[in-house]
Amino acid sequence: MHGYANPARFLKLARPATAWLLCVGALSLLAGVYGGLAVTPPDYLQGETVRILYIHVPAAWLGMAGWASIAAASISQLVWRHPLAAVAGRAVAPAGATFAALCLATGSIWGRPTWGTWWEWDGRLTSMLILLFLYLGYIALTSAERERGGEGRMAALFGLVGAANLPIIHYSVLWWRTLHQGQSISITQGSTIAPELLWPLPLTMIGFTAIFAAAVLMLMRADLARTKLEARLRRSAAE
Amino acid sequence: MNQWAFVTAAYGLAALATVGLVAWAWLSMRNAEADAEAAKRPR
Repeated sequence: MHGYANPARFLKLARPATAWLLCVGALSLLAGVYGGLAVTPPDYLQGETVRILYIHVPAAWLGMAGWASIAAASISQLVWRHPLAAVAGRAVAPAGATFAALCLATGSIWGRPTWGTWWEWDGRLTSMLILLFLYLGYIALTSAERERGGEGRMAALFGLVGAANLPIIHYSVLWWRTLHQGQSISITQGSTIAPELLWPLPLTMIGFTAIFAAAVLMLMRADLARTKLEARLRRSAAE
Repeated sequence: MNQWAFVTAAYGLAALATVGLVAWAWLSMRNAEADAEAAKRPR
């Protein structure tokens, strides 16, 4: 990882990676969405609304993975002072917030025909809403620190403390058995979803993840270019 | 209750959010890199 601590080396890798990730993401998403909307059968209980699964699950995964990345970047910044860690944290936050909000919105749309309600103060829904608020707080904190010319240590600490919400989201369906269904897909125990309904999900997971990564790389490149410009302007003003 | 209306709304929202995020990230990157490049040139 430290090999890419040099922004110039990072940019050399990020430029082609952005284009590749966008291509892979778009193709994978198109295939997954086509499969999810036109090929898979309706569920015997939920009917057609089961198709929301193919966007709701990737949105939830990226909302949580985004914060896990912020926590990893925070450790990297606080412990090793990695020069790209704060840049990565700032770039991940808006993308993670977008997918956390999308998860809540698609869940609400799915909940109305399935549960008969748009919203319930259920453990999973509430902890996901807290995650969205954490993202908004992190974005505000990083912007304020950047404006003041700080190193972003407060935001890094906030990123680490906020990671405590991730296991709460994950285990909420076990701790509070209210409205949201339990875990349907597990790495160790497999899936309880029928294979004929499940196959488009990995495609949309890969598609959304690749697009998320491309957006993060583009925002990192924008952040690095702004930093370079600010340094140049400071140098010109000093001369 | 038309179930397809809910499916369409969810997919429409997902498309809007994804395209919006990518477009905003691309515009931010393009503008910031163009500004940095312009500042590099001698005046």
